Amino acid sequence: MSTDHATDAEDSPTKAADGKFGDYGGQYVPEALMPAIQELTDAYERYVVNNEDGFMDEFRQRLADFGGRPTPLQRADRLSERYDCDVYLKREDLLHGGAHKLNNALGQVLLAKYMGKDRIIAETGAGQHGTATAMAAAHLDMPCTIYMGERDINRQRPNVFRMKLNGSDVKPVTAGRGTLKEAISETMRDWAASVETTHYVIGSIVGPHPFPVMVRDFHAVISEEMRTQVREQTGGLPDSVVACAGGGSNTMGAFAHFVDDEDVNLVAVEAGGSSLAVDEEKGVAPNSASLSTGDEGVLHGARTKLLQDSFGQIMESHSISSGLDYAGVGPELAHLVDEDRVTPVAIDDDAALEGFHRLSNTEGIIPALETAHAFGYLEEHAEELSGTVVVNVSGRGDKDLQAAIEETEARDIPNAPDMSMFSEGI
Amino acid sequence: MADSGQAAETRRSDGAAANSEIAAAFDDGPAFIPYLAVGDPSYEASKAYVEALARGGADVIELGLPFSEPIAEGPTIQGAIVRALEGGMTPELFFEFVEDVDVDVPLVCMTYYNLIYQYSPPGSDERGPEQFVARAAEAGISGLVVPDLPAEEADPLRAACDEHGLDLVFIVAPTTEGERLQSMMERVSGYVYVQARLGTTGAKSDVSDQTDRSLQRLSEWNVPKAVGFGISSGEQAERIVASGADGIIVGSALVDIVADGVDSEWSTAETADKLEAKARELAEGATRGQTEPAPSDE
Ligand SMILES: Cc1ncc(COP(=O)(O)O)c(C=O)c1O
Repeated sequence: MSTDHATDAEDSPTKAADGKFGDYGGQYVPEALMPAIQELTDAYERYVVNNEDGFMDEFRQRLADFGGRPTPLQRADRLSERYDCDVYLKREDLLHGGAHKLNNALGQVLLAKYMGKDRIIAETGAGQHGTATAMAAAHLDMPCTIYMGERDINRQRPNVFRMKLNGSDVKPVTAGRGTLKEAISETMRDWAASVETTHYVIGSIVGPHPFPVMVRDFHAVISEEMRTQVREQTGGLPDSVVACAGGGSNTMGAFAHFVDDEDVNLVAVEAGGSSLAVDEEKGVAPNSASLSTGDEGVLHGARTKLLQDSFGQIMESHSISSGLDYAGVGPELAHLVDEDRVTPVAIDDDAALEGFHRLSNTEGIIPALETAHAFGYLEEHAEELSGTVVVNVSGRGDKDLQAAIEETEARDIPNAPDMSMFSEGI
Repeated sequence: MADSGQAAETRRSDGAAANSEIAAAFDDGPAFIPYLAVGDPSYEASKAYVEALARGGADVIELGLPFSEPIAEGPTIQGAIVRALEGGMTPELFFEFVEDVDVDVPLVCMTYYNLIYQYSPPGSDERGPEQFVARAAEAGISGLVVPDLPAEEADPLRAACDEHGLDLVFIVAPTTEGERLQSMMERVSGYVYVQARLGTTGAKSDVSDQTDRSLQRLSEWNVPKAVGFGISSGEQAERIVASGADGIIVGSALVDIVADGVDSEWSTAETADKLEAKARELAEGATRGQTEPAPSDE
């Protein structure tokens, strides 16, 4: 148990008000978007940082009433026994919608209302951010268009239907490999044409300033609650906080209130995919491990760590989980890794799938494939674990069941249930 | 151009001279500035196409160095960029192309910041704007347009451009007003790229009245104003020059011809002829738009 000496939960984690984290961050966007980004920066400072017109109070009330916050912190007894330490689960999978994503989506859609915008657009990878945005837009009565890569639409059909049920328009993106990277580019194009009336609800701590700080602040409620809950249950601070990282929003949400507590290890678990090696010729990195293997560059409005070839062309990434399948990462996480404050770890597809089955059959919680990477980390790094380890369960796995059936059948996963019922029929 | 007296002061705060070739391209009559992605669909074909544009009356040519995430481009130019990348275009090949292509108008490189940021000359480990601009200058590039680099983030690139005598062209959007416009106009050199409408690139059949408003906002600034985004016909070119533009920039309408050539399997010469004819239509339209002869700069 580490000593409890640093900031209190009430302290805002707001840092990098100028949008730079070391050399990372910034505002690399087409000129047409600059006025909107400046307007958003102004609104962020007024409403989010300074709670003007009681914005943050309304946000928190809606997160409670509509979202179901606070989410529980639960001790995982079987995992604790297995790893001989105290494993706690922060149950963001129990937030309305089944993932942490609603914190940010609700915050941004509400902010758009305060700013007088009358239309919402968003990109989505796994469909979790898209569904969260569609729910928030329906809840706050705003028209909403979601851009989603064609390949992801096919991987995540239930989520596509959920967005449509909530009244959103889902637009397929066919460019490139049809995943998150292309969906973000396409949403930026829509925004460039519609910026005067439309707010772009970006889905992670990526993009130009103020998105990375704003999205982090909306998710910081995760670590704010976690801090209070872990103290109540254990009497101190955790030794480690573990979260999966795609763009890194659940990650920074889980880390934000612990960044100043140097004794708390912060572990960001990335998708190692099928391999950490890169195929320069084809422009493919069969992973999404930008924190572990990426180089500094500029993508989607920010300077950060990227998967790119030696010329600076962005590579196609890969992960078993579409929510981690992205060639970039939030500039704040990239900076915290350079500062040795956050430890990046890559977990491959097989280990993630094992983690998926382990949490399902030992704890009765089916995690999202994204989240499953964090449980892959526990297993592969069991000898490094000690004391209190809090894992952020960023989402539940209902959306992934079809993918999990296919991926499990295609591999040799030792802890999977008997799959013959699915492969052979009854 | 009217009131040319302040031009030099308003262009460069540090007093470095703008690239004189680009300035000269606006001297006699409105400038026609076509764009093509280099390497679309192959190195050799795009060389023939760029040369055809020069024959058709181009005063400056914007050469696209393709980047995998072109967020400011609509579907037409995205398609060109995909074809060029699939054809194997790289920054180094791009510079060889610039050295190789047989035209005698100034060439402006249009690309995205990551390629500049990551550029390292063959055999060197050093990367970044200074290396990129030095190589571009050596190859014969006169200016740069970088659509994802707003003035706020442009200092390192501007310093490199100043050192090597390149112009750095900024894009003024319909949403650019007030102080932003002011600070941009103080930093721009060569010409300003007046974005005719909100959104991404792509040929449109109407001429936006956002263009007129933008030109009005810019009327007191003396840097040449080239209007782009959506121009596709000689009539539009005429109308835009008549409302006060010093030049027109045309990309998608030309890339459409290249794409048709690929789809219909035209020969390189056939596509080049159509490009030359389209260029001539646009250049002549621009010239018609200028009702009075351009006052000289003296
Ligand atoms: C359940 C879940 N966890 C994690 C992520 C990854 O996003 P981030 O890294 O921004 O938390 C996603 C993205 O869709 C997700 O759905």
